[in-house]
Amino acid sequence: MSLLLSIVFLPAAAGIASYFIRSNRLRRLLWATAAALHFGLSITACQQGTSVNLDHWIGMDSLSAVFLVLTSLLFLGATVYGIGYVAREPVAPRPDTEDGSLVKNEPESIFTGGILLLLSSMSLAILSRHLALQWVAIEGTTLASAPLIYYHQNRRSLEAAWKYLILCSVGIAMALLGIFFIRMTMQDGPRDLTLASLLAQAPTLNHSWLRTAFIFMLVGYGTKMGLAPLHTWLPDAHSEAPAPISALLSGALLNCAFLGILRVQQVCAAAGMAKFGGDLLILFGLVSMGLAGVFILRQADYKRMLAYSSVEHMGILALGVGLGGIGLFGSFLHVINHSIVKAMLFFTAGNIFSRFCTKDTMKVRGACSVLPISGALWIAGFLAITGSPPFGTFVSEFTVLRATLDQGRWIVAALYMLFLLLVFVGMSAIVLRMALGRKTEDGGQRTEGAAQATAPSSVVCHPSSGAEPLTTIIPPLVFAVLALILGVYLPGSLANTLHNAAQLLGGAGK
Amino acid sequence: MNIISVLLILSCLLLLGSSRLHVAIRVVAAQGLLLGILPIIRSMGDFTLGIWVLALTTIVAKGVLLPWLMSVCLRHTGIRREIEPFIGFGSSLLYGTALLALAVWITARLHLTPAQVPAVPLASSFFAVFVGLFLMVTRRKAITQSLAYLVMENGVYGVGVSMSLDFPFVVELGILLDVFVGVFLMGNLLFHLDREFEHVDADKLTELSDVSDVAQPPSAGIDHPRGRGCHMVEEDA
Repeated sequence: MSLLLSIVFLPAAAGIASYFIRSNRLRRLLWATAAALHFGLSITACQQGTSVNLDHWIGMDSLSAVFLVLTSLLFLGATVYGIGYVAREPVAPRPDTEDGSLVKNEPESIFTGGILLLLSSMSLAILSRHLALQWVAIEGTTLASAPLIYYHQNRRSLEAAWKYLILCSVGIAMALLGIFFIRMTMQDGPRDLTLASLLAQAPTLNHSWLRTAFIFMLVGYGTKMGLAPLHTWLPDAHSEAPAPISALLSGALLNCAFLGILRVQQVCAAAGMAKFGGDLLILFGLVSMGLAGVFILRQADYKRMLAYSSVEHMGILALGVGLGGIGLFGSFLHVINHSIVKAMLFFTAGNIFSRFCTKDTMKVRGACSVLPISGALWIAGFLAITGSPPFGTFVSEFTVLRATLDQGRWIVAALYMLFLLLVFVGMSAIVLRMALGRKTEDGGQRTEGAAQATAPSSVVCHPSSGAEPLTTIIPPLVFAVLALILGVYLPGSLANTLHNAAQLLGGAGK
Repeated sequence: MNIISVLLILSCLLLLGSSRLHVAIRVVAAQGLLLGILPIIRSMGDFTLGIWVLALTTIVAKGVLLPWLMSVCLRHTGIRREIEPFIGFGSSLLYGTALLALAVWITARLHLTPAQVPAVPLASSFFAVFVGLFLMVTRRKAITQSLAYLVMENGVYGVGVSMSLDFPFVVELGILLDVFVGVFLMGNLLFHLDREFEHVDADKLTELSDVSDVAQPPSAGIDHPRGRGCHMVEEDA
C-alpha cells in the first residue's frame, strides 16, 4: 500500500522541492535520484503482483503494471537525455532559430519541478482505481506539462502551450461530465465510482446512461489522447516542446489518457456493452490513422511528422481495443512498442535539431554523415515506427491485423493496411532524404527558393559540433535495442501480463 | 435552489450580451459565489464539515481569487472590451435562448425523477456548459476564452451538484484545485501572450499550422516584438 503511495508522492515531493533548490547540480541530482527510485519502486510493485487498497482507490492490476513500468522506463530515458539537454541549453537570452527575436528559456527549476510533477500525476492516473480520482490526475498532467511545452519561451511554443491548455482542459471537462453520468448508471448498491464497485454492479448498470457516459468520456479523454478529429493541439504541442518533453508527451502521457478510455471500456465490457464502445473506438481509430497519413505526406517539419505519427499510432491502439479479442493483446503490446520507439525518435530528432538548427525537412541533408549514430538511429526508428519486420511494432501491428481478419472485417482490414502504407510512404520520403546525401553549406537554401523571409539559420543559431554527447545517444540507443528485442523475443512474464490485461477487458490472449 | 438556478441562467445571458470585459469578470465571480452556495442548499438538513469547507473553498477560489487574477490580467493588457466577436452580441443572445431551449430539452429527455435530480438546476447547469463552449468559439480575446472555460467548468460543477453526487472530499478538492491551477496557468500565459504578440486575440494565433500555404494574417507585433505598448485599447464609448 505504502509502496504504491510512495510511487505517486515521491516524485511530487521531489518536484516541489526542486522549485526551491538554487543549485543546478543538486537539483539535477535530485531529478536523477527520483527517476531511478521511481523505476525501482515500480519494478518492485509489479513483482509484488496485483494489489488493491486504500478502500480500492489506488491499486495495481496487470493493465496498470504495464503502463506504470513503461512510463517509468521512459521517464528514466528522458531524465538521462534531459539532464544533458538542460545543461547544454544557454542561460542567456539568444535569438530564436526561426523568427530571430530574443528568447530566454524558463528557469531550470520550473522545468525540473514540472517534469517531476508530471511523473507524479501520470503515476496517479495509472494507479488510481477511482474514476474521478483518475480524472483529477489526468487533468493534473495537463497542468504540469503546459509549462514544459513553453520551456523555450518563444512565440510558437507560447501558442502551442495556450492551445494545449485550452483544448485539453475543455476536452477533459467533457470527460468529467461523462463521469457524472456514469454515476447515474448505478441504480442501487454503493454509489461510489471505484472500479471495484462499478465492475461488481456491472450487470445492473443502466445502459442508456452508460452509453451517454461512454461517448462523453471518449470525446474527453480522446482529446487528450489525440484521436482525430480531436487531435488539433497535438502536432503543435509535440513539435514545439523540447525533445525530452516531446518524448514523454508522446510516449507516456498519451498512454495515460488511453488508460482513462480503457477503464470505461472495461466497465462497458463488464456490462455487456463491449460492442457499442468497440465500434466507436474502431471508427475513431480509423479516422485518426487516415488523417495522420494524409498529414504525414509532404509534411514540412520533421517533429510535426513524428507528432502525426503519434496520432496514427493512437488510432492503432483504439482500433485494437475496439476490435477486442486478440486485438486487445495486440493493442497493449503496441502501447509498449510505440512508446519506446517514439521516445527514441523524438530524442534523435532533438539531436538532429541541435546540429542543423532547423525543423524543416527540406533543410536537413546528410544526417548520417554529420551525425553517424543519430543518423543511423533515425533510419532505424523510421523502420521501427512504420512496423517493419525486425522490430516489435511489426508483431503488434500484425496482431491487430489478425484481429480484423479473424472477425471478418475486411473493410477495416483493407483501410488499416492502406493507411499503414500511406504513412510508410510519407515517412520514408522525408526520413531517407534527411538521413542520406551530404550536408549542404547553404542549409538547402536552393530548394527553399522563396524562403528569404526567414533569416538563414546559421545566423541565429550556433550548431553544436564535435562528437555527439553520450547522454543524447545512450537513451535512444537503449530504446532501439529494446524495440529490436521485443520484435524477436517476447518474455514469457510480459506476455502473461499482457494476456491478463487483455482478459480484464474481456479479450483473449495471443 | 431554483432562484439560484435562475440567477445562473441570467448571468450566462448577461455574459453573452455584454462586451465589457470587467463586467464579464464580475459576472463570472458572481457565478462562483452562486455555485458555492448551491451545495449548501442542496444538502438541506445534514451539514457536514466537508460541505462547508468545500463551499467556502469554492467561493474563495471561483468567486474571489480567480476573478481577481483575471482583472489583474485585464489591467496589464489594457483591453477593456471584446470587439468584433464572430457572432454579434445581439445574435449571441438569440443563440443563447436557443441553447437554453436545448438545455431544457436535454434535461427533459433524461427521464429523471424530480426527487432524485431537480430539473431546473440541472437545465441551468447544462446551459452554462453550452454558453461556455459558445463563448469559447465565438469570441476573439484569449482572456474571454479563459473566462469561458471557467463558465463551462462552473456548469459542469453545477451538473454534479444537481445530480447530488457526493464525491469523496479529496476528489472534490482535487477537481477544484485542477480548475484553479488551470485558470491560474491561463492567466500566466496571458501575460506572455500580451508581451510576445502585443495582442491577446486567440484567433490570430496561427503561426503553427499545416496549411501554411494559405496566407497568414500579418500579426501586429512582428516588427517590434519586445514593445510593451498595447495597440488593442479601444475607446470606451
